[in-house]
Amino acid sequence: MCQVDEEYHDHITRHDAPRASTSCVKCKEACAAVVVRVGDAYCRICFKEFFTHKFRAMLGKTRLVFPGEKVLLAVSGGPSSSSMLALVQEGLSQKAHKKLRFTPGIVYIDEGGAVGLSMEERQKTVTLLQTVFKDTGFPFYIVPLEQVLDLPTSVLVAMPPSHRPSDTYKAAVHHFLQSDSSVCVTSAEQENMASVETSHTLALQRVLSSAQTLTARDELLSTLRQHLLVHKARTEGYSKLMMGDSCTRLAVKLLTSISLGRGAQVAQDTGFSDSRYGDIITVRPMRDYTAKEIAFYNHLFNVSSVATPTLDTKAGDKASIQRLTESFVTKLQVNFPSTVSTIYRTSEKLQTTHRNTPPNQNRDTPPDQHGDACLLCMCTMDASAEKASAFQATLISEELSVLKLHDAPTPNQQRSASVAPCSSSDCGRETNDGRCCSSDQDAAVTDFRALLCYSCQRTVKEMSSVKSLPLYIQSEAQLRHRRIQMKEQIHDFLLEDDDDDDDD
Amino acid sequence: MLPACGDNMAAPVRIILEFGGGAELLFDGMKKHHVTLAGQEQPWDIKQLLVWIQRNLLKERPELFVQGDSVRPGILVLINDADWELMGELEYQLQDQDNIVFISTLHGG
Repeated sequence: MCQVDEEYHDHITRHDAPRASTSCVKCKEACAAVVVRVGDAYCRICFKEFFTHKFRAMLGKTRLVFPGEKVLLAVSGGPSSSSMLALVQEGLSQKAHKKLRFTPGIVYIDEGGAVGLSMEERQKTVTLLQTVFKDTGFPFYIVPLEQVLDLPTSVLVAMPPSHRPSDTYKAAVHHFLQSDSSVCVTSAEQENMASVETSHTLALQRVLSSAQTLTARDELLSTLRQHLLVHKARTEGYSKLMMGDSCTRLAVKLLTSISLGRGAQVAQDTGFSDSRYGDIITVRPMRDYTAKEIAFYNHLFNVSSVATPTLDTKAGDKASIQRLTESFVTKLQVNFPSTVSTIYRTSEKLQTTHRNTPPNQNRDTPPDQHGDACLLCMCTMDASAEKASAFQATLISEELSVLKLHDAPTPNQQRSASVAPCSSSDCGRETNDGRCCSSDQDAAVTDFRALLCYSCQRTVKEMSSVKSLPLYIQSEAQLRHRRIQMKEQIHDFLLEDDDDDDDD
Repeated sequence: MLPACGDNMAAPVRIILEFGGGAELLFDGMKKHHVTLAGQEQPWDIKQLLVWIQRNLLKERPELFVQGDSVRPGILVLINDADWELMGELEYQLQDQDNIVFISTLHGG
């Protein structure tokens, strides 16, 4: 009996002991500090090496960021983007093993106004971040989100790539190295945040609060933020925009996107690179890191991050689709530690096939693209589904229910508002009237929706009025709408100007 | 270490608690707390600590910090700069001068 007991004892201790004082799986010497994956415990030093290597490997493997290229880092102050900033800084420093060779700049979008923070609180955050940014020595821009209200309509148009996408990586590198020598680094530091007028803040809050659900508000905010980032990158001459989305974040985003009806755009929304804006390419170099790795890195190596409240701070699990998805993923992750990586690996393999992409080379002329990009998210339109689809069925049932409610507007006007050609006299009026030709508000909404992808239509539907959207979006919508109308009016006189562009 | 049987009271435990990644917003924005846990018969473990935090420090919305016996999924726990998974998680027995860090990895804290 005694012996049996002893054997058991042995068994148990052998099983349990490694947990308490595991040594690092890599160097097998130092005491482990971080469990990266189940069973893979790293010590401090090996973890740091693993962490920094991954960043360089990600950029090296994808071969998208060229030496000498100007790259704008979007830093929100949160853990992930702060960590990205630290990695870039480390990678550019002289002591780095394999130096990164691009030219970084930092942009911070101050969303305090949207969340309802006071001016003092916002200034406090900005001051904190300024000290961090100054230490890096990179040029930085601090932009209040309010500036989104003054954006030009050109933000909503995809630009042709500033340089020809070179056939080979080598050629591209050469291109950048050559142009680099002429450009001296202008330290255009915008130290002080441009002063924000209260009226602007209120206007921004009105835009966001016109969306009735937190889900829609969140989507709207990220759309506006994205527009401002792209605008900033364009005006300051950057060609890449680095976002700090972590693997965990992207896993949540993937499932959220699908729930929001963005299935067709998921590949662009979560992939490593995203070229929907044409000239500005968004890259996500942090997509190999889990939130846990980032949190540990920041804590162990004193990377300071500033927690700023977001729209959904302190909100319950069921406050929005984004929130619910996040809690679903993190809860699942507790018992199934490979949840995030499984979702993430899936997202890597996703691709969108562009059904409508014309095979010709004409795509880089901006006017050609207006037709097939969503006005808000700039993704390829997916709303042109066939007749017998669930999407059409939803539309019809919506139409019918609207009809019952109002009973006044004719179904014809509702359905084909975007298709029906209007008389030219009406069209002339539309500029001063600020609305599309039909005076009916509903029709204006329908017109507007025709320019959006399915998911953005859902978001706009949650808004009390399309009119509350920032001006640049509205005027671009009018422009596009007029263009569509004009095309339809002259349609009969055109010689075969359909999709298949056969040269005349 | 086996729980000490008998009547010897464990001495009070002084520990440093830190909250980060947005978790501090639930504690009035205070990141660092020096606290002393009164001596009790059984040594303090993390499970008891969580209850203590909930009673004494947490200002609002306890469900955003604890769920059931443990911390809310998405909040990391570090014991003396090491992953709590290596230290026995909820069963870890607090020592004097321990440093316990809670970091929220959730969006918006």
